[in-house]
Amino acid sequence: MAGALITRRRALRMTGSGLGAMALGGCNILDGLSDLDHPLRAYMERANVLTMAAQRGLLDRDALAQEFQLADIRQPQRPNGVTNPQDADYLKHLNAEFETYRLEVSGQVARPLSLSLRALSAMPARSQITRHDCVEGWSCIAQWTGVPLSTVLERAGVLPGAKYVLFHCFDTIERSLSGGVKYYETIDLVDAMHPQTILAYGMNGSALPVPNGAPLRLRVERQLGYKMAKYIRAIEVVDSFETFGRGRGGYWEDRGYEWYAGI
Amino acid sequence: MHSNSKSNRWIKRQTRITRVTHWAWALSMFFLLGSGLQIFNAHPTLYIGDQSGFGFDNSVLALGSGARAFPAWATLPSGVDLATGRIIHFFFAWVLVGSLFLWLLGALLSGHLICDLIPHKGDLRDFKQDVRVHLRLRLPHRRHYGPLQKFSYGLVLFILFPLIVATGLAMSPGINAAVPWLSEVLGGRQTARTLHFCAAFGFLAFFIVHVAMVLLAGPVNEMRSMITGWYHLDEGE
Repeated sequence: MAGALITRRRALRMTGSGLGAMALGGCNILDGLSDLDHPLRAYMERANVLTMAAQRGLLDRDALAQEFQLADIRQPQRPNGVTNPQDADYLKHLNAEFETYRLEVSGQVARPLSLSLRALSAMPARSQITRHDCVEGWSCIAQWTGVPLSTVLERAGVLPGAKYVLFHCFDTIERSLSGGVKYYETIDLVDAMHPQTILAYGMNGSALPVPNGAPLRLRVERQLGYKMAKYIRAIEVVDSFETFGRGRGGYWEDRGYEWYAGI
Repeated sequence: MHSNSKSNRWIKRQTRITRVTHWAWALSMFFLLGSGLQIFNAHPTLYIGDQSGFGFDNSVLALGSGARAFPAWATLPSGVDLATGRIIHFFFAWVLVGSLFLWLLGALLSGHLICDLIPHKGDLRDFKQDVRVHLRLRLPHRRHYGPLQKFSYGLVLFILFPLIVATGLAMSPGINAAVPWLSEVLGGRQTARTLHFCAAFGFLAFFIVHVAMVLLAGPVNEMRSMITGWYHLDEGE
């Protein structure tokens, strides 16, 4: 019996120290995964392609995100990221109450557009009460009003071969020695043509506030918040986003986040 | 005739599929827990309902209060890095779900599920006796799982695994649009997030008990059975 106890104790100690060494060593090795060029990270990131293929392939592509009731709006929409842009061209439009603002639509389209807020508001509008899911983990329900992106794209006439819609934003989200980095995002045409994908100019019954992206922000209801670019300056229809930013399709994507944020 | 002979006390206890998926789960759970705590740290508050209360209070747990909730040694990667945490988490979520399906298929075909894991009448009868044996820390090496083993493996296989996968899926906005009832039956997206967190700690509790039992029952025999499949029974089994 005494022999057995010692063996057990020794086994416990050995296992404990073994696990400890593994954990310590493991942490150092695994911290290398933070490097965007780490081959193991690149391999693991391919799970995002699988996730997107599974969601697009197995589920209804046209499924609408859950819509809520007015009573579910219990608080102001929580803003995130840049909430008060100080960029000169933005401030110029802000001071003119966005009378001078024009949304430029260009790239692989038959008819490039330049649309004032008034022109956008004159188009058929859509209102939806949806839940905004942030990549950080929180959710917030608000009502969004705007023009379906599909209406604008149909007016511009998307050319064959185009794959993505790129959103150029006013706001500088990062300042570095080599200059400022402006927010940008891309979505594919499946999400761009989805009926709930809107260019919102209204929120909770009033004009879109500055912290939430005035004068115009994107709503892509089946993806996470970082896909929904705020302070949209221009829309560009492209067949590839490799030449923009660091080539991963968005400001946060360039910093390691997944391009497909439906999960 | 030769019931006491040495060779009769060796049995092939685990199939190859069970052994491979067991270690796939062990590996996945290590990475999922570390990366999960990294993801949790990005917003270390849990709520009940569809949304997170900022203008009202529906929180059930708030950790960290501005500082890091879980320390560096508990998260993957150790630094603050939500993007990498998510990449690790979703990769191993696929490994876990894939190996769960593989195991279920194998366990159904081999009869492992029906014969070894589903409790029988006898298990109810032997339950008290099994508790007494465990309290004395004298763990027998039997041909079949005892009632407490069936209970704890059943808890993990039929409650914790389905719960952690379902609550994980319920947090995905893509799944949410196509399958809205999933988050609804779980009490809303933020409740699902809370349950996901609870299930993760359920796994951690199981892991601690599981490893303790392996060590008490004799780590060599137990590990051998989960690596090579061969298990050495007590005399008279």
